[in-house]
Amino acid sequence: MTEALDKTPSLEKEDAVPLVVLSKVNKHFGALHVLQDIDLTITQGEVVVVIGPSGSGKSTLCRTINRLEPIDSGSITIDGRALPQEGRALARLRSDVGMVFQSFNLFAHKTVLQNVMLGPVKVRRETRQAAELRARQLLDRVGVGNQADKYPAQLSGGQQQRVAIARALAMQPKVMLFDEPTSALDPEMVNEVLETMRSLAADGMTMVVVTHEMGFARSAANRVIFMADGRIVEENTPDEFFGNPRSDRARDFLSKILHH
Amino acid sequence: MSVLRDNWDLIHKGFVETLWLTLWCGVVALVLGTLLAACRVSPVPPLRWFGTAYVNIIRNTPLTLLMFFVALGFPKLDIKFDYFTFAVIAVGGYTAAFICEAVRSGINTVPLGQAEAARSLGMTFGQTLSLVVLPQALRAVIPPIGSLLIAMVRNSAIAGAFNVDELFGVNSTLVENGENVLWVFLWIAVGYLTITLTLSAVFALLEKKLAVAR
Ligand SMILES: Nc1ncnc2c1ncn2[C@@H]1O[C@H](COP(=O)(O)OP(=O)(O)OP(=O)(O)O)[C@@H](O)[C@H]1O
Ligand SMILES: [Mg+2]
Repeated sequence: MTEALDKTPSLEKEDAVPLVVLSKVNKHFGALHVLQDIDLTITQGEVVVVIGPSGSGKSTLCRTINRLEPIDSGSITIDGRALPQEGRALARLRSDVGMVFQSFNLFAHKTVLQNVMLGPVKVRRETRQAAELRARQLLDRVGVGNQADKYPAQLSGGQQQRVAIARALAMQPKVMLFDEPTSALDPEMVNEVLETMRSLAADGMTMVVVTHEMGFARSAANRVIFMADGRIVEENTPDEFFGNPRSDRARDFLSKILHH
Repeated sequence: MSVLRDNWDLIHKGFVETLWLTLWCGVVALVLGTLLAACRVSPVPPLRWFGTAYVNIIRNTPLTLLMFFVALGFPKLDIKFDYFTFAVIAVGGYTAAFICEAVRSGINTVPLGQAEAARSLGMTFGQTLSLVVLPQALRAVIPPIGSLLIAMVRNSAIAGAFNVDELFGVNSTLVENGENVLWVFLWIAVGYLTITLTLSAVFALLEKKLAVAR
């Protein structure tokens, strides 16, 4: 079996609008070639799940999309605009890209409500009233409305991660990036976060999700991307990918993670 | 006691002058030190170089030399202020280099994820620093800044050698006037102690306050 890149035509929707486009993206960490000629187009409303073995470059891929990691060559555009150099223009573009981290990264010195309001007030220059109104709606939506005045450290991991999702949503982003959002959670809290993400997906949010949660990939993804050694080795619909993986690497990987 | 009574005006004036020196030097040191720390962690290489160079040069130069350089060198460059201002520049600028390093190590205690979260919300470098990183670094930097400011009060005595009538300058005047040296020293020391102990108390209080507010 070849490890050739599979682009199945059935994946492309008719009226698909490309939102995030990576072409020929390369990145090194010193001698390590973490991203190798990555070509990836994510269309509006699409949910793309990225899986792959540890160290394959999934986090790095995710982080290049809002330029938390700069790239060495190639191009990345978001909604038709190329990522600028570090500076105000980049900051503006980043505000359209929500990011959810494995370790939540809620602002420890701010309350839950302040965490969610900070971006809209300081970056978008919204009035406090408008920002607070939407922040409270979002906190209700992710199910932590009654925790608004607590500090992050007083919340469970699952609650913190849902606040982090609300914080990202408060910027009304065009696309949301999730880097292993449930990996730092106790097992009983994984589902509450995945549920929140599922409902986001159902509402049509464009999402890139790095995860080891195969159940989520099967139920919520439009497309699964399998990475190994800095390359996209395979991409397909979840059904095809899990039912009929084409590359040896993917088969090997799946047999390891699905058997425990 | 008679030293204090007879020269109350002089000593009082010296005490007030030292207070003003402390205030101005403190403001310069804190503001400049924080800006320098911002330079040192900024994504712009020339700013980083500037911050590093400033700290390494100033921190490794004797304050006395610096004071001479400012007080005698600046007028040659047609920069003319009174000695009080020169003292503020020298002592404030000197202390700023140390404050910078204290603030920078405080910044390093804040997890990287905090700044990444701020940046990914679309905050600029300045917003990330002032809204997210520095407030969280504050707790870690209060104790070292307290000691640095106390050292600064002691260092401000150098202005006395340049005709600024602060406590140390008053000290020399009184000794020249033939007052009892021991008593003069004692009262001058009490003056410094009043300022430094008050500073310590204020910083101890600040530290406690910040520890409680999570
Ligand atoms: N800042 C960095 N400096 C140097 N090397 C790095 C850096 N970040 C990541 N790497 C290396 O790049 C490779 C890819 O890392 P990345 O975090 O993208 O992998 P990943 O697929 O997300 O893995 P995991 O499943 O463990 O999170 C790894 O070998 C990692 O050690
Ligand atoms: Mg990772």
